[in-house]
Amino acid sequence: MTTILRNRPALLEKTYQIAERAAWTLNPLIAKIGYARVERLIKPAEDFAKERIFGCHHCGQCILHSTGMSCPMECPKNLRNGPCGGVRPNGHCEVKPEMRCVWVVAYENSQQMPIYGHELAQIQPPVNRRLEDTSAWINMLTGVDKHVPAGWIPIENIEVVQ
Amino acid sequence: MQRDPVVSIFHNGEPRSRLERVLRSGRFAVTAELNPPDSADPQEVYDAALVLSSICDGINAVDASGANCHMSSVAICALLTRAGYEPVYQVSCRDRNRIAIQGDLLGAAAMGVRNVLCITGDDVTAGDQPEAKRVFDLDSIQLLHTARIMRDYGVYLSGRKLTVPPPLFLGAAENPFAPPFDWRPQRLAKKVAAGAEFIQTQYCFDIPRFRTFMQRVCDLGLHEKCFILAGVGPLRSAGAAEFMRTKVPGVYIPDAVIERLKGVPKNKQRAEGKKICIEIIQQVREIAGVAGIHIMAYRQEELVAEIVEEAGLLPRPFRAEVPHPARERHLHRQEEPAR
Repeated sequence: MTTILRNRPALLEKTYQIAERAAWTLNPLIAKIGYARVERLIKPAEDFAKERIFGCHHCGQCILHSTGMSCPMECPKNLRNGPCGGVRPNGHCEVKPEMRCVWVVAYENSQQMPIYGHELAQIQPPVNRRLEDTSAWINMLTGVDKHVPAGWIPIENIEVVQ
Repeated sequence: MQRDPVVSIFHNGEPRSRLERVLRSGRFAVTAELNPPDSADPQEVYDAALVLSSICDGINAVDASGANCHMSSVAICALLTRAGYEPVYQVSCRDRNRIAIQGDLLGAAAMGVRNVLCITGDDVTAGDQPEAKRVFDLDSIQLLHTARIMRDYGVYLSGRKLTVPPPLFLGAAENPFAPPFDWRPQRLAKKVAAGAEFIQTQYCFDIPRFRTFMQRVCDLGLHEKCFILAGVGPLRSAGAAEFMRTKVPGVYIPDAVIERLKGVPKNKQRAEGKKICIEIIQQVREIAGVAGIHIMAYRQEELVAEIVEEAGLLPRPFRAEVPHPARERHLHRQEEPAR
């Protein structure tokens, strides 16, 4: 079942899009109930699904749709901006030879993703390690997953400066 | 206690290092990797650097490459700048978190280091201490951007101000020979967007693959935004080549190269390996967008001088302008004496 899903990036990104819209629609209600309370409710379900489909590592700041629906935290080096130089000639991981490089998968998948495929080119900021083991959906709604270090100047702004 | 005078070292358009000066002048650059000592004796660094200094424009100090422990790259660089050599400080994300890395970048710059190569680093499992904890707090692109923010905006990632920012010439690595091949040029574009001004590639043995890569790089206009140095190196023997391609992460050696080494008697293989290296240098030199070469001659450093000479890349330019820390505080007031 999970392999069937993994091999359908277009379906996954559509599901993500619908889920994201639903989350924003429900956001006022969730806010009323309380984010912490809702987090306790949905976290087990979120973990269950994401672990099985994506091998989720609970970073709490999900960027799956920007990385070809291939979880970058599954990469043993936790790379969020593309593959390292150690990818084997057969496209497998330098560290885990039995596993396909998550970035080889991400690149292939992104080619089949009309909605978010282009986001593979985005530069992802450093991971906020404090969000580990929290609900990425709730973090999206509260906006904490968008927080970057205060000194981190987004690349887009730098192009304007130069 | 005497304190070094604080001088303004904001980048004013002048090259920040000799390597940058060579590249900006349009000359074909040569950098080489120093074999890092397993020793507490600085003399071993100086001995290794002495062979390389006159034949290259920058000496790379590796950061526990292959995840094998050696003298730290920041210490090697500090020794090299003390002696007036031009180091390229390799920083990998494997062993240190963002706090340690930012501190080291400042420390290195304070020691006169100007060239920094930001890399992901081989995994701990590639080395002789696979039980170690891997860090990878940042990835190479986040590291590059962090260094650029420190340099251009004078702040740490936290936003806290630096009194004097580090005037660094920033580099990154790329491996055109590892999948996903089609994405590699775009990934290079990401590195350039994150602040890479020069690139040193993994060992190039597959010229057709490299040509295709460079074609795409030029189509994207990246060769005009950063200087690309092709990684090269001599193979010691057919056996060593076989070892490198199976055991060293990211090294791709085509069968034809190994067959060619096997085709000569064992005692001639070393010479053949050198010959192949020189031929590759001559071939990559002809490829549009290639600004120089980076020589990695692991445990064959004595061959580097011969390779550079026989490839017709001597003498190296701007050698008289090697900065010397003892003279550095006067750098802004008086011209360096010519050697």
